Amino acid sequence: MGDHEELTLPDLRRILREAAGVNEGTDLDGEILDLDFEDLGYDSLALLETGARIEREYGVRLEDDAITSARTPRALLTVVNLTFTDIDAA
Amino acid sequence: MIGRRVVITGIGVQAPGGDGVKEFWSLLSEGRTATRPISLFDASPFRSRVAAEVDFDAEAHGLTPREIRRMDRATRLAVVAAREAVADSGLDFAGLDPARTGVAVGSAVGCTMGLEEEYRVVSDDGRDWLVDHSYAVPHLYRHFVPSSMAAEVAWQVGAEGPVSVISTGCTSGLDSVGYARELIAEGSADVLVAGATDAPISPITVACFDAIKATTPRNDDAAHASRPFDNTRNGFVLGEGSAMFVLEELESARRRGATVYAELAGFASRCNAFHMTGLRPDGREMAEAIGAALAEARVDPGDLDYVNAHGSGTRQNDRHETAAFKRSLGEHARRVPVSSIKSMIGHSLGAIGSLEIAACALAMRHDVIPPTANLHEPDPECDLDYVPLTARERRTDTVLTVGSGFGGFQSAMVLTRPGARAAA
Amino acid sequence: MTRIWVTGLGVTAPNGLGTDDYWAATLAGRSGLGRITRFDPARYPAQLAGEVPGFDARRHLPGRLIPQTDHMTRLALVAADWALAEAGLAGGGPYGEYEMGVVTAASSGGFEFGQRELQNLWSKGGRHVSAYQSFAWFYAVNTGQISIRNGMRGPSGVVVADQAGGLDALAQARRQIRRGARVIVSGGVDGSLCPWGWAAQLSTGALSTGDDPATAYLPFDRRAAGYVPGEGGAVLVLEDAESAARRDAPVRYGEVAGYGATFDPPPGSGREPGLRRAIEIALADAGTAAAGIDVVFADAAGLAGPDRAEAAALAAVFGPGGVPVTVPKTMTGRLYSGGAPLDVAAALLALRDGLIPPTVNVVPDPALGLDLVTGVPRPAPLKTALVLARGHGGFNSALVVRAAG
Repeated sequence: MGDHEELTLPDLRRILREAAGVNEGTDLDGEILDLDFEDLGYDSLALLETGARIEREYGVRLEDDAITSARTPRALLTVVNLTFTDIDAA
Repeated sequence: MIGRRVVITGIGVQAPGGDGVKEFWSLLSEGRTATRPISLFDASPFRSRVAAEVDFDAEAHGLTPREIRRMDRATRLAVVAAREAVADSGLDFAGLDPARTGVAVGSAVGCTMGLEEEYRVVSDDGRDWLVDHSYAVPHLYRHFVPSSMAAEVAWQVGAEGPVSVISTGCTSGLDSVGYARELIAEGSADVLVAGATDAPISPITVACFDAIKATTPRNDDAAHASRPFDNTRNGFVLGEGSAMFVLEELESARRRGATVYAELAGFASRCNAFHMTGLRPDGREMAEAIGAALAEARVDPGDLDYVNAHGSGTRQNDRHETAAFKRSLGEHARRVPVSSIKSMIGHSLGAIGSLEIAACALAMRHDVIPPTANLHEPDPECDLDYVPLTARERRTDTVLTVGSGFGGFQSAMVLTRPGARAAA
Repeated sequence: MTRIWVTGLGVTAPNGLGTDDYWAATLAGRSGLGRITRFDPARYPAQLAGEVPGFDARRHLPGRLIPQTDHMTRLALVAADWALAEAGLAGGGPYGEYEMGVVTAASSGGFEFGQRELQNLWSKGGRHVSAYQSFAWFYAVNTGQISIRNGMRGPSGVVVADQAGGLDALAQARRQIRRGARVIVSGGVDGSLCPWGWAAQLSTGALSTGDDPATAYLPFDRRAAGYVPGEGGAVLVLEDAESAARRDAPVRYGEVAGYGATFDPPPGSGREPGLRRAIEIALADAGTAAAGIDVVFADAAGLAGPDRAEAAALAAVFGPGGVPVTVPKTMTGRLYSGGAPLDVAAALLALRDGLIPPTVNVVPDPALGLDLVTGVPRPAPLKTALVLARGHGGFNSALVVRAAG
């Protein structure tokens, strides 16, 4: 999907909300880029569900451990957006 | 706390790679594997396309067309296994008091295969949310509430005492036998036909394990896809099957001169209260269950001749379990042979716990420990004696078998050979 | 023998959310049956159900739990929260983590969640199936989620059956306490009010097709023509009586005193069903004669044959009209694995207040010879109650509860 060449932080926030919900006391709209997913209340299952939604929405395939090995939103955005770059390059 | 002593006097098995107990044991003792590309449906769209399937012919086993129609595949497997167990026990069921005979069937996912087939029909392959009930088969309710599995077995064996289905995910097959044991021990019944069954090799189950990447994507090497404790393992292989037992009280079994496979000497279950699918690496709750089961059996860790591991072949499980053994068995963890038969027959969810009890009882019968197939290069963090590749002859009187399941369930059972040691 | 008390109740019922609302509605004869709102029932022959009113899961549960749970699991988690809070065990109390466990009953799991994922799979493909499907629908989900939420690591379990399973779970909870646990959170909360679940329930032909909530479910009435299903149930905290006394547990509803379970002879045998035997085993287990039972909460299938069989079993044990019988589930519908635990809750509340809750709308068939408590609550000195439950296919369970004295 050419019009989705980048996964942005607001996109990720929305997808996290839909995929895994938000715990009270977690400010998903705050400065979360470098917070640990664990501290945000997200476990590997939440990230798998998030990854699956990204794959479906953006028409990409992520490596098995690409999502679950990302510890922070910044790392996740990086790994997903690198995949987009690969697609563009191909 | 446990009152009367409970023993296994009959075994019936429907497992991948063979029909009945004899072929089951041949496969295990020869270290052969029954994993293969999925043939039960077109699995090409899925991530994991290997499974351990049972070549099962219900008609050849004498089920009538009517029974076949109303029973899910898992129920059919259980009924056939129960018949074999009953015949094996030599017990005259027609002469039993039905009121003192019970049934306990474990199953993680019940009649999921029949449900999915029916769902496709009434929803027009998922097109309609408001499904058309008029296309539903009359027996749909039996799939909907899988207590029908225990009812079918009860009708087969003429049980009119306590009849139940126990469903604790992948520990169901240990927990159902543990439950049955308690019913006899406390005096609520004298004979139980107990065990477990599951037939989960269907699109929805494959898809849901795909989604969490729990099953292996090793599709190009199906025969070697289940690799517990091996450094190259990357998920479990889905299986199916059933093992059923005849359980009775030790003294009455002795009185009638029955062949006693094993005494169910100790059982305990715990919950990790941690995560629905995740395990804590320290294996604490499984260790706690093992400790409680050993204590009830009055068995010291050093007495164990064999440990049948859950050994699913996921990275998280095998480390969790290795830690649990070290924690509960101490130094003996490094000495006692530990193996996973899931390397050969895959992971049949709720059924596997009973299939593993059957494997333990047969190991005791033959004094042979089944191996862990496909184990060539152990994960450095899994550093116990996993009996790689070939079975081992060894006097086997005292055995531990464990299970771990979604929901956090951790169960442990100790089997002993009655008379092998001074009665406790 | 170890005695077991019920020290906390959590109720989510079609005629009341929370124990107090439920009990007030039940004594007032207020029904929670109505036309289904969860989906459009217009195309189905049965259109009534008992839906739990005013339940907003987000008000009670962490946001992270919502996407991974079926509606019935959310109800169960909240019911468990309330039961533990009432027992004064919200934070675990004085007990060790391995001394507390969870044993629940289930019938069909998180069926609505399952329907959504089946639809995703078959209409869009495997990659659209939720990562939570692997456990959100399965039978063990409520036990697992309750144990996680409350840090309970002791012996746990799940019994699968429809109505009778709710009593079997309580019996297994009692067994675990006798084997050494101190507290078991037990009972059942259930519900499959989705089109796919509805199709499955319709397949037995036992659902009432009436469209008037006041006449659709009339057990023991000549007009009986099926039952109305519902959702919800009750979670009970079972506790070792000695330990409860030592910690001075704030509430003591009563004792789980006796239990019996049987299975019917094969269909067509012409032999007597197993219900009478289940009752006799439960009475013997409780150490009480029939005369010691002050009230019976009936299974009440709402179909002529099964109603007659139940009445016959009661007459055989208690004599014709020998014991007051009631069916508060005429106000909630049959809740599958949640139904019998809710009846146990009602029985304990009846013991507490000395009031037998009424059966509503029913004109008892005199031929059945039942002393059915109808219309308004009946005051009575109550010490011991019997709860009956039967499950599709021949399952019979009976449980005796006794005032904690």
